[in-house]
Amino acid sequence: MDRPVALRGVSFAYGEGDLRRLVLRDVSLEVEPGEIVLLTGPSGSGKTTLLTLVGALRAMQEGSCRVLGRELMGAREGDRVRLRRSIGFIFQNHNLLGFLTARQNVAMSLELDGNLTERQRLARAGEMLAAVGLADHTEKPPSKLSGGQRQRVAIARALAGQPGLILADEPTAALDKASGQEVVRLLRDLARGRGVPILLVTHDPRILDIADRIVAMEDGRIVETQAA
Amino acid sequence: MNEIPRGPALLPWAPEMTGETAPAAPPAPPRRSLGFLPGLFLPLRLAWRQLRSERARLLTAIAGVMFAALLVFMQLGFRGALFDSATNLLGAMRGDLFLMHPMTQASFRPEPLPRGRAWQALADPDVERAVPIYLAQATLRNPETGGRRAVQLIGLDAEGGAVDFVGLGAEVIEALKRPDTVAFDSRSRPEFGPVARYFRERGPYPLQIGNREVELVGLVEIGPSFGADGNAVLSETNFRRLVTRSASNADLVALRLRAGADLRAVQARLVAALPEDVVVMTHAELVAHERAYWEESTPIGFIFLFGSIMGLIVGMVIVYQILFADIASHTSEYATLKAMGYSNFYLVRVVMWAACILALIGFVPGFAVSAFLYDFVGSATFLPLDMYPERAVGVFLLIFGMCAIAGLLAVRKLRDANPADMF
Repeated sequence: MDRPVALRGVSFAYGEGDLRRLVLRDVSLEVEPGEIVLLTGPSGSGKTTLLTLVGALRAMQEGSCRVLGRELMGAREGDRVRLRRSIGFIFQNHNLLGFLTARQNVAMSLELDGNLTERQRLARAGEMLAAVGLADHTEKPPSKLSGGQRQRVAIARALAGQPGLILADEPTAALDKASGQEVVRLLRDLARGRGVPILLVTHDPRILDIADRIVAMEDGRIVETQAA
Repeated sequence: MNEIPRGPALLPWAPEMTGETAPAAPPAPPRRSLGFLPGLFLPLRLAWRQLRSERARLLTAIAGVMFAALLVFMQLGFRGALFDSATNLLGAMRGDLFLMHPMTQASFRPEPLPRGRAWQALADPDVERAVPIYLAQATLRNPETGGRRAVQLIGLDAEGGAVDFVGLGAEVIEALKRPDTVAFDSRSRPEFGPVARYFRERGPYPLQIGNREVELVGLVEIGPSFGADGNAVLSETNFRRLVTRSASNADLVALRLRAGADLRAVQARLVAALPEDVVVMTHAELVAHERAYWEESTPIGFIFLFGSIMGLIVGMVIVYQILFADIASHTSEYATLKAMGYSNFYLVRVVMWAACILALIGFVPGFAVSAFLYDFVGSATFLPLDMYPERAVGVFLLIFGMCAIAGLLAVRKLRDANPADMF
């Protein structure tokens, strides 16, 4: 069976001509089904770029990148947009829509699925919110929630669409220690329960213990891989 | 099989404690793309929810669209009223064909034509009646204040059936045959004073037109135009008593044809038979000629067009600003939606729906206020300001187009929402 993520010889550069700056050099990385992989490294080491390539948010330049069975090298914009629907994204900031309630925000990740009715979408969003412990806060707008609660809504949103892969970028950066730990543990538990692999970029040493594997990057290369 | 186990029961489940290995991810259910209707409705709902959330911004946008609609309605209203009122007099004429001097541009400043042309036209077997009409302006003295104001005199044999003024009944026609009598247009502008009110209160009374005293014997309804503030109808003979000019000249000749005559054929015969100092026009052509003068030979039509365009541009800028600000302040949220698999086109639909919503909810109050102002201004200026359905639909289409263009301009801002910049 195909691995959810398989990168081979991926290089990537920003800029043109003299300004061209290589940020990824011949990176190869695989993520097993259900595996939680943490990417660490100093800023500028290319880990965020790697995440955007795996998330089909950027066009590939060199190498091969198969995500959920689809090759992204040379993929068209429309194919990448479709692939993203099978990936759950969790950002540094929650990026919830301020004019929607928590439940409506979660339902947004289901609105592109023509199989579901509005009632089913809202019901499933409610279940997801209950799973992240926010059953009592479904009808609140994000402005009425705490930072940790908002990030939990974002996790619910990322998981509601039954993604095949979860990509997270510094999900704890905006949170204090307690709520940060709570959020990543929740993320881990929910992902494990569903067998969804996670690729997570972080600087935060407090959350390294949730990983199956920690991949350190420096200067565009993978320098160290250790099983946790 | 696609059912995911869910619920709080899963939460404490932790494989590192139980030693179990994680199960493989369940195969994702086959996704079906959105149907046509949800593809329309869901972006609409998102657009509405977003607009609704920012009350102040929404009200600004509504005010902007409303202002634009109001401006366009008023400009088009005045424009239409001008052209309608300019043809008030000619529109009330009843004739199958009309003779006019080719150099006459507008009825308030006619070029005289030889009256003999009327009798020449009678030589055609299908022409039953020919009524010369005399047009001139003179001053009417306000019976209350004594001030003078120019009034349009319409001299004609009222029995000839060449005009169809409301109020010009048999009694008034009979009274107009007496020396020095006039019928006054009760819809004239109020600057003439309480001419009509005095008549209703005390019956016939003397008025001064030019330097002559005449007796007011009746009221008709014609309405003012931009060329004339008021009108007075009088007989041919009485017209001559007031206006000194060559008796052999008329300003307009109304022809009535025999029943069943071929209008176009008679027109062609008259054109061939009469010299080049007359043009032969149907009633519709006569009205169109008068209208064309105001539309083309004066800057008035252009001024109103310009005003309408300015209103639309101002409204468009306001709507554009609102939509642009909405996108700009939600860039990261839009980028998140794109990361979640929403296409740029989906978000374009959201913005365009927002533009449509603004068009609709701005137009409705704009329409209501305009309808009220049409009433108010119409009664104050005596201009025929009417809210025609075609005009309402036309203005709505203009407002809709205005918002659509603003939306298309604002949509470019969506490019800034790049999901790759989100990490």
